[in-house]
Amino acid sequence: MVGYIWAFLIGIGIIYSFFSGNIGVVNESILAGVNEALDLILNLLPVIVLWTGILKIAEVSGLLDKFARLLRPFLKRLFPSVPEDNKALGYISSNIAANMLGLGSAATPAGLKAMNELQKINPKKDTATPAMITFLILNTAGVTLIPTTILALRVAYNSQNPGEIIMPAIIATTISSIAGLTLDYFIRKRQDKWH
Amino acid sequence: MALISKIILPIFVVVIIFYGVKKKINVYDTFLEGAKEGLVTTFNIFPAVIAMIFAINIFLDSNVLGFVLKIIEPILGGVTIPLEIVPMALLRPVSGTASLAIMNDIFKNFGPDSFIGRLASVLQGCTDTTIYVIALYFGTVKITKIKHALWGGLFADLMGIIAAIILTNLFF
Repeated sequence: MVGYIWAFLIGIGIIYSFFSGNIGVVNESILAGVNEALDLILNLLPVIVLWTGILKIAEVSGLLDKFARLLRPFLKRLFPSVPEDNKALGYISSNIAANMLGLGSAATPAGLKAMNELQKINPKKDTATPAMITFLILNTAGVTLIPTTILALRVAYNSQNPGEIIMPAIIATTISSIAGLTLDYFIRKRQDKWH
Repeated sequence: MALISKIILPIFVVVIIFYGVKKKINVYDTFLEGAKEGLVTTFNIFPAVIAMIFAINIFLDSNVLGFVLKIIEPILGGVTIPLEIVPMALLRPVSGTASLAIMNDIFKNFGPDSFIGRLASVLQGCTDTTIYVIALYFGTVKITKIKHALWGGLFADLMGIIAAIILTNLFF
């Protein structure tokens, strides 16, 4: 998927620039782009290193687990089909908690374990269960409290107030989560009626 | 609101470190261990960043977007959408690195405190790589019939994009 899009961007760009006469500009950007990538990585590096260091403390001290436990009662209501003592709920909470703190590397293993647990209670192994769909919609809406990479880049480009985008981003992500979950709720209700 | 934005980061830091000290873990060594992991992660994404910046630069510098805009201008009417935000919004669900590369380009050309710079920041922050996550999560448990997971996720993303545009207008 990413491969096709990557090839499409390059292909369409080069072919169009032959016709538009922009080929000179494109020629320069092919090589200059590599330096830009290095700048981007170097801009991201300090803030990411700092933040993963701080979040490691949250992980080792058990703060992340505590946060996940706080989310659990709320998440339980979103997954009525999952038994309360099922391990999946714990993994789902960990996944969402890690995502909220911008801990992508800790979120993915927990998310995959949650999927495995949900698959164990799935009667049709090739078909997604309602709980899986709800989980993925919640997960991909991507609630992040501290968007590390964005802050890092804003700092690097001398923003007057790098953190000013945090509040609107949190509100926007909440709106998108609620919209996704509402849609999911109504689709589920309609399917229940039919079966 | 402006105050919350300013204090959220310091509060996070102080709570995390205080809790670590309270639980009697070696906060300094733990920090260094995590920081080292962050260093490795950042270098691991370097090839992807090179690949994406390479492709996005060719795409943006060819000015094919200007051509597309000329075609759709009559349809959009009076509504002006900053041009570079469109490919960023389209690429966001597929590749976080690609949208990051476009955001970098926007910051470089317009600055992070311009309207489009702020909009790009909110946009990058408010959604995730939906298509990638769905492919990975369903792929690991070998589920092929995903029902409304994909378009439910994309619908949430679309709502996030609309909210981002409205909120950026409201906040700044």
